[in-house]
Amino acid sequence: MNATYAIVAFPLAGSILLLFGGRLIRQPFSGWLATFAAFASFGASVYVWASMLGRPASDRHADLGLFRWMPVADLHVNFGLYADQLSILWCLFSTGVGALITLYSIGYMKGDPGFSRFFFYLNLFLFSMVVLVLADNFLFTFLGWEGVGYCSYGLIGFWFDRDSAAVAAKKAFVTNRIGDFGFMIALFFMFEHFRSFNFSAVLFPLTAHHAVLAGTTATAIFLLLFLGAVGKSAQIPLYMWLPDAMEGPTPVSALIHAATMVTAGVYLVARAAPILHFSPDSQWIVASVGAGTAFLAATIACKQDDIKKVLAYSTISQIGYMMLAEGSGDYPAGIFHTVMHAFFKGLLFLAAGSVIHALHDEQDMKRMGGLFRYLRVTGVCFLFGFLALAAIPPFDGFWSKDQVLAAAWHKSPALWALGVAAAGLTAYYMSRQFMLVFTGQARWRDQAAEHGAAGHAAVGGSAAGHDALEPHEPPLTMLVPIVVLAFASLFGWLLNAPFGGLDFISRWLAPVFPATIAPAVHVATGTKWVIGAVAAGMAFLGLFFGLGAWRGGVVDRPALEPAFLEHGWYIDESIAVAVSGPLATAANAASFAVDAGWVDGLINGVARAAAQTGRQLRRLQTGYLRNYALGIGLGAAAILFYMTMRAGG
Amino acid sequence: MTSPIPILDIIVFLPAGGAVACLLLPRLARYLALVASVAELGFAFYMMVAFEPGQAGFQFVTRQSWIGNFGISWNLGVDGISLFLVAMTALLFPIAMFGPPIRGDQRSFMAWMLLLEAACMGTFLALDLFVFFVMFEITLVPGYFIIVGWGGARRSYAAMKFFIYTFAGSAFFFVAMLALVLLAAPFNGGHVTFDLITLARDAGHLSHTAQVLVFAGFAVAFAVKTPLVPFHSWLPDTYTEAPTSGSMVLAGILFKLGAYGFVRLCIFLLPRGAADLGPLLLTLAAVGIAYGALVTIMQKDLKRLVAYASIVDVAFIVLGFFAFSSQGVTGGVMEMVNHGLITGALFFLVGMVWERRGTLRFSELGGIQKSAPVLAAVFLAVILAAVGLPGLNGFVGEFLVLVGTFSTHAHWWAVVGATAVVTGAIYLFWAYQRVFQGPVRIAANTVRDITWRELGLLAPLLAGIVFLGVYPAPFLDRVTPSVAYLLHHVEAQAPNADVPRGSLDVKYAIPASQNVDLRASATSALARPGGGDKPEAAAGGGR
Repeated sequence: MNATYAIVAFPLAGSILLLFGGRLIRQPFSGWLATFAAFASFGASVYVWASMLGRPASDRHADLGLFRWMPVADLHVNFGLYADQLSILWCLFSTGVGALITLYSIGYMKGDPGFSRFFFYLNLFLFSMVVLVLADNFLFTFLGWEGVGYCSYGLIGFWFDRDSAAVAAKKAFVTNRIGDFGFMIALFFMFEHFRSFNFSAVLFPLTAHHAVLAGTTATAIFLLLFLGAVGKSAQIPLYMWLPDAMEGPTPVSALIHAATMVTAGVYLVARAAPILHFSPDSQWIVASVGAGTAFLAATIACKQDDIKKVLAYSTISQIGYMMLAEGSGDYPAGIFHTVMHAFFKGLLFLAAGSVIHALHDEQDMKRMGGLFRYLRVTGVCFLFGFLALAAIPPFDGFWSKDQVLAAAWHKSPALWALGVAAAGLTAYYMSRQFMLVFTGQARWRDQAAEHGAAGHAAVGGSAAGHDALEPHEPPLTMLVPIVVLAFASLFGWLLNAPFGGLDFISRWLAPVFPATIAPAVHVATGTKWVIGAVAAGMAFLGLFFGLGAWRGGVVDRPALEPAFLEHGWYIDESIAVAVSGPLATAANAASFAVDAGWVDGLINGVARAAAQTGRQLRRLQTGYLRNYALGIGLGAAAILFYMTMRAGG
Repeated sequence: MTSPIPILDIIVFLPAGGAVACLLLPRLARYLALVASVAELGFAFYMMVAFEPGQAGFQFVTRQSWIGNFGISWNLGVDGISLFLVAMTALLFPIAMFGPPIRGDQRSFMAWMLLLEAACMGTFLALDLFVFFVMFEITLVPGYFIIVGWGGARRSYAAMKFFIYTFAGSAFFFVAMLALVLLAAPFNGGHVTFDLITLARDAGHLSHTAQVLVFAGFAVAFAVKTPLVPFHSWLPDTYTEAPTSGSMVLAGILFKLGAYGFVRLCIFLLPRGAADLGPLLLTLAAVGIAYGALVTIMQKDLKRLVAYASIVDVAFIVLGFFAFSSQGVTGGVMEMVNHGLITGALFFLVGMVWERRGTLRFSELGGIQKSAPVLAAVFLAVILAAVGLPGLNGFVGEFLVLVGTFSTHAHWWAVVGATAVVTGAIYLFWAYQRVFQGPVRIAANTVRDITWRELGLLAPLLAGIVFLGVYPAPFLDRVTPSVAYLLHHVEAQAPNADVPRGSLDVKYAIPASQNVDLRASATSALARPGGGDKPEAAAGGGR
């Protein structure tokens, strides 16, 4: 179990080396260094997992201390790692998918002047993520939590000389901080109630049923934690930062969406399950926020033209499913979906990156088309990812989403209905995306011609002919991760299939979620069949509708692309108007009217009044403001002196 | 506990001697100042190493009768609360003196800076109320001349405003001090004394009203100096107009004197007044955090923004102190040190931008990261510490303050305080974006990157920022005993202060001569005039 330290140590060492030596290490090598660190961390995760397998199920956890962090009186916070089934599962897919993304980035970021800086952030990102899931107390978790937020800031704003990237990075950080505000207050409540942040003091007595928690306390602590989770996992109402985060390089999107960051909220809810158990209200809120987000984001994704923004909204929607499962009490289903999502969403983003790469940074789907001929491998892999996300059997997404929907049915048919509707929309918008990108006319040719002409004009007759502009498959460093993830999207569901004793994930996680805190979600077998059939039916319906509507090279279908969806129901704009308007006015008033006018004016006014009085009295005609001001101060002080002496006597 | 050399006297007089030497040997002024400030740093380091953890009382105490008739003595000592302030002062001064370029008269600049350092050290180390007052006031003089002599365009206005404002506050300090010693004299056998420990023992016998009024007098002076909203309006002008070196030490150290006064004088001498007026100060601090952030967001000048941001930071210190919990007060002490490191580094960096671009208006800046990536990276690291990213020092102090405030009083002070998590990110990241990111709009935005010399001078501050964020335990172990002892005293004198039980759960030793706990030595404390320094293992709380 001591290998747990290595999971954390490798990416940390990698990021430190790149921070101080990034300028000395030449271009591809810093990438390989980071990739090595990421794979080593994955290897350590596998090793720990294997050594866990060799133990009885009840003994698959270990508390590994590091050193003291904040010892003040009765507050004892240490750095310590806690490895159990939940955290190791998270480590496995975070570092595994993260390592593939790092490898992919070597090709994608080739030639960028900030190459080493990029890999520094990737390693630090991975380090923060494994700290987040391996911490043995909530405050250390918070360190990883904030670290993830900071790294996303650095990566979203990686191309800092673009104003849009800088603004998006700041927006992501600030929005996350709104959630962190809730997280911090939850920590205060936790300390007030438990006098500790350690899982062993806060959670495990609840899990073991040695203690109970009052409903109001549980609700307060959990909902505040959930505010943090909502910010990090981009749920309603704090999801707006995620689509903007597409300003970062594509591997960053893959990392944020698939392996790290947004799944942190799902992890936090799962980890805090013992608290959630004592607050039925919170369970309803989590499930409703999840279902609502799943549906809302799916509608918006139907009319996005940016290839990455479609995927971004689909992430928001899929995280909603995970929250829906957790709120419904079926944690293994939510986590199963998280793992499957890591595979197919990582795949989709990397494949999208390959497309963008091939088209020289073109991201508008309406300017793509017909790419299947040129990008066969990418195209087939993207197809796998698309079918997995669309929940078409037998791909990954079908199995995990089916379990989520069964749990939702158990909670409430209304939530289930939202989930099913969103499933249909998902299949629709993904088929729209596939059709626009890979089939139809090669609309990029016009742009390429313009681009080429402009290039010729600028460079003055460069050798860039037609061949160089022809889209081609990316280098192997980029292709290998895509292919690996495509296989994972095809066969990953075997990790938790509902038949043949293949429910590895559910069994693996069972000791973490015993019946004391997670009563079994029981759905009759017959009902399950019906739910599965309905889900599959909806997926196929959406799929065929999408394929039909967008076949034959159709580019615009105004009836299916209403403006309000393009603007995301105008939610972002409304918030901008409602919040920043009055806030800016208030801040303006505070800084100029109040601070400069009243507070400072009052002081200067006192001095001036003193001067006036003095002039009228014509006593001390020194004319210096300071004398009068001093006089006032001394006079007031003398009065205080008198009062004090009287009071004392 | 004791040292073979009078270490504290050296720490106070060495810079003062250096100042005189600079004036006498103008040609060598720079070298003399360098030697003096670095030697000072060495002595401070020695003191820190020799300091014994687990002791709540004052160490390396020196006592010399000064003006015997009035009970004034040259009385110095250092405890966990002042230890790191002294160390931070010794660290920040040489960096401020030799980091940013100084235009004009080197000799007098160095002399004023060294005098300022001596006065700051004197204030932090004083165990005599009169010595504290004198040192506290002396700081105004070099502060004034540094602004006037080397400041920006509106320096005269700023310096005058700073001087009058803080001096008017000091008038309250002066009369409150006189009232306290005169009222307390009857309990000391009729002898007037300015000795802090004796006063802390005797002040508890004063009438309730007198305690509250004396507290109020002190509090006004320190609220102006700290400064707390609404006494802050001198601050932006002063910080903005001061030269870079001046801003570094003014913001980093000089205004910690006010915050330090709150804990060393207000709470230690007058716990009952502190308990009564604590809620008022907590409210002012919470208002300061919210209001300060709002005002900071709208600033159009980088230096002014950093200056306004200080208002938010110092409000955290006060919030922690008046929470009367171990975490709160310890967090407040840590915030004092943090703010010194962070703001010192920030003003230094702002100065670098000014040197390179000649403007600090956001509308004229942008894209600096392109040509100066290391400068940008360092700036970002300091900003991250300022917004409280866990793993850096700002978070530890901020979190301790908030958790300490939350668990003792009504929740709202801490909740309002925690909004700084969001607002701080807004204004600091906005500033970073406007200065360093975005396209290079004007050719002049191409600037030289940070030099090795600048980086080397910043390195100790950055190292402190990281070290205290990752491993603050050695720091906390030395601060906590003194804080627990202070809270014990508060709890004994003012039951309404509502000190949480857990906060007293710290083991420490305190020499009998320094114990001011009236319950333990109610009779003997009155009779004993001071005495030797034999440590007695008077166990701490937890009982």
